Amino acid sequence: MTGFNAKRLTSIGPANSIDRSEETHPLTWRLRDDGQPVWLEEYQQKNGYAAARKALSEMAQADIVQTVKDSGLKGRGGAGFPTGVKWGLMPADESMNIRYLLCNADEMEPNTWKDRMLMEQLPHLLVEGMLISARALKAYRGYIFLRGEYVDAATNLNRAIAEAKAAGLLGQNILGSGFDFELIVHTGAGRYICGEETALINSLEGRRANPRAKPPFPAAVGVWGKPTCVNNVETLCNVPAIIGNGVDWYKTLARPGSEDHGTKLMGFSGKVKNPGLWELPFGISARELFEDYAGGMRDGFTLKCWQPGGAGTGFLLPEHLDASMYAAGIAKVGTRMGTGLALAVDHTVNMVSLLRNMEEFFSRESCGWCTPCRDGLPWSVKILRALERGQGSQQDIDTLLGLVNFLGPGKTFCAHAPGAVEPLGSAIKYFRSEFEAGVSSSAAPAATGQFVPAQKMAGSHF
Amino acid sequence: MTQTTNSSTLIHTDRFALSDAERSAIEHEMHHYEDPRAASIEALKIVQKARGWVPDGAADAIGEVLGIPASDVEGVATFYSQIFRQPVGRHIIRVCDSMTCYIGGHESVVESIQQQLGIGLGQTSTDGRFTLLPVCCLGNCDKAPALMIDDDTFGDVSPASVSQLLEAYS
Repeated sequence: MTGFNAKRLTSIGPANSIDRSEETHPLTWRLRDDGQPVWLEEYQQKNGYAAARKALSEMAQADIVQTVKDSGLKGRGGAGFPTGVKWGLMPADESMNIRYLLCNADEMEPNTWKDRMLMEQLPHLLVEGMLISARALKAYRGYIFLRGEYVDAATNLNRAIAEAKAAGLLGQNILGSGFDFELIVHTGAGRYICGEETALINSLEGRRANPRAKPPFPAAVGVWGKPTCVNNVETLCNVPAIIGNGVDWYKTLARPGSEDHGTKLMGFSGKVKNPGLWELPFGISARELFEDYAGGMRDGFTLKCWQPGGAGTGFLLPEHLDASMYAAGIAKVGTRMGTGLALAVDHTVNMVSLLRNMEEFFSRESCGWCTPCRDGLPWSVKILRALERGQGSQQDIDTLLGLVNFLGPGKTFCAHAPGAVEPLGSAIKYFRSEFEAGVSSSAAPAATGQFVPAQKMAGSHF
Repeated sequence: MTQTTNSSTLIHTDRFALSDAERSAIEHEMHHYEDPRAASIEALKIVQKARGWVPDGAADAIGEVLGIPASDVEGVATFYSQIFRQPVGRHIIRVCDSMTCYIGGHESVVESIQQQLGIGLGQTSTDGRFTLLPVCCLGNCDKAPALMIDDDTFGDVSPASVSQLLEAYS
C-alpha cells in the first residue's frame, strides 16, 4: 500500500534517487523512489522495528544508553552535543519515575530542510527511534514538538503513530516487554525561538517560549518539573540503526579523518545546479558536496561565499571548500558545521542586503526576554538598512562590530543572539568593503547611539 | 486594503462564548498533558480554525476551561505569530523570507502579490480573500522561493507563476 493519498510531497529530492544501501545509508535507504511515505507494512518489510524488538527484548536499559554513548552519536539539531552524554544526565534515582522524551521537530532554522523530509517520508523511523530512546531513558510518554506549518509531517506522523499503536508497537506492554510508551504530536503556532531546548519546554507547557535558566538542565527539571530529554528528529532517527547494527558498524560509516561518526543529512542550496539533500558520511569535503552533489554553480553565477549549516553559522570563502564536513573540520576554518545544510551565495548578492534580510529575521524572532538580544538585533537592522540605502555613517561598521561582541556567546540568555551575530561578524570580516560602500560621506550619525524599541522593528506580525 | 478591525470588536468582549464543539475539542486536548495549561496554544488554534481569528473574549473563555488567568492566555496569544488577534482573509498566504528564499528572489514574489492583490505584508485584501504574511523558513530551501497558501506548500515560485497559484483559492 502506498498511502491514502498520492499527494506529491515537496520534500522529494535527490535523497530519493541516489544509490543507497542499508549498510551505507541508515537514514535514507528505505526512502521510496516516488517520494511517497513509507507506511508500516513496507517499513517492516524493510527491516523496520527490528531494532526496537532487539532493544526491548534483548537489551537492558543501561545497555542502550551505553551503546549510544559508545557510538559517538552527536545531536543533529545544530549544536552537536553528544547524545549519549545527554542521555546519561537523566537522574539515576528510580523514584523519579515520571520522565519525558521530547523530539525537537521545530525545524525553522533558515536553510534547513532535513527533518521535514524524514518526518514526511519516513515517519516510522522517528517513531521507532523514539520508542528505543524512551525505553533507554525510562520515559513513559513522548511528545513530538512539530512546527505548525509542517502540515504533511503532522498528518503522516499521526498516521504512523496510529499504525504503530494498532500493531502493539506503542501503548501498553509493547512487544510483551512490560514497557509502556505513549507518543503524541504537539504542533506549535510559529516563533523560531521554540526550537531552543528550554523555550520548547515552556511552549509545550502552554507558556510564552522564553528560554529558561540553565542549570537546572532539563534532565533534572524539565517539562512540568520532571526529568526530560530533548533530541532532534535526525538524532533520534539514527538510534534504530545504531542499536540494530551495532557500534562497530556505525564507526565504519564516516570518512577516515573524521572525528564525528555516522552519516549526516547534508545539503546545498542557492544558485547551484542541483540543489538538494543527501545522506553523506561525515568527513567528506565541502568541495565534494558542492561540486559532485550540488553540481557547482549554475551557468552565469560564481560562488562568492557559503555558509556550512544554517543562518547561525559564519560565512566562508570558496577557498574554504576544502574543509571537511564534521564539527572540528569546519571549526578549523573558523565557524561551526551547524546543521550541515550549506548555502551558496553567488556574486550577484550584496552582503549588506543579505545580512539585512538575516538580521530582520533574527530581530523579529527574538523572544524579547534579555536586553542584548531584544534591543541589539533591531539596532543592527536599523544600521544595515541605512547602509543598504547608502546612508550609513562613519561609525556604523564599528557599531556593528560592537554588537557582534556584545551579543556574542555567554552574554545573552540563550544562543539566539550569538547565532545572529556570527554571520554578521564573518560577513564584515570577509566583505568589509561592501559595508564601507554603504557609508554616506554626508550622513549624520543617525543610525547609531540610539536604541529602537523591538516592537517597532518587528515588522508586520499580528 | 485593509485591516477590518474596528473598535466595535472591543465592546463585544463579554458576548464571546465557546461553541460546544470548540469546548469539547479543548477539553479533549487537555487530556494529552499533565497540566491543562499546555492546551492553551491548541485551544487558541481551535478557536481560530472555527472563526478565522481569535476574538478578544476568547482569552477569558479559554482561561475558564483550562483554569488559568485570561491574561496568561492573552500573553500566549500575542506571543505566537500564527495566532491572529485581528480578523484575517479567507486564505492566508505565508511567504518564506529566509535568506535562501531571499537569494531565490522572494522579494519579487511579494511585489508581484502586492501588485495583484493591493496588499503588503501583514495586510488583508479589501474583498477579504487573502491575508499576506511573512513566515520563517518553510524547509523547502532546495526549491526556493517557497510559500504556503493555507495548508498547501509550493516551491520554485516565480513572480509570474504566483497569480496562477492564487486563482485556485476563491
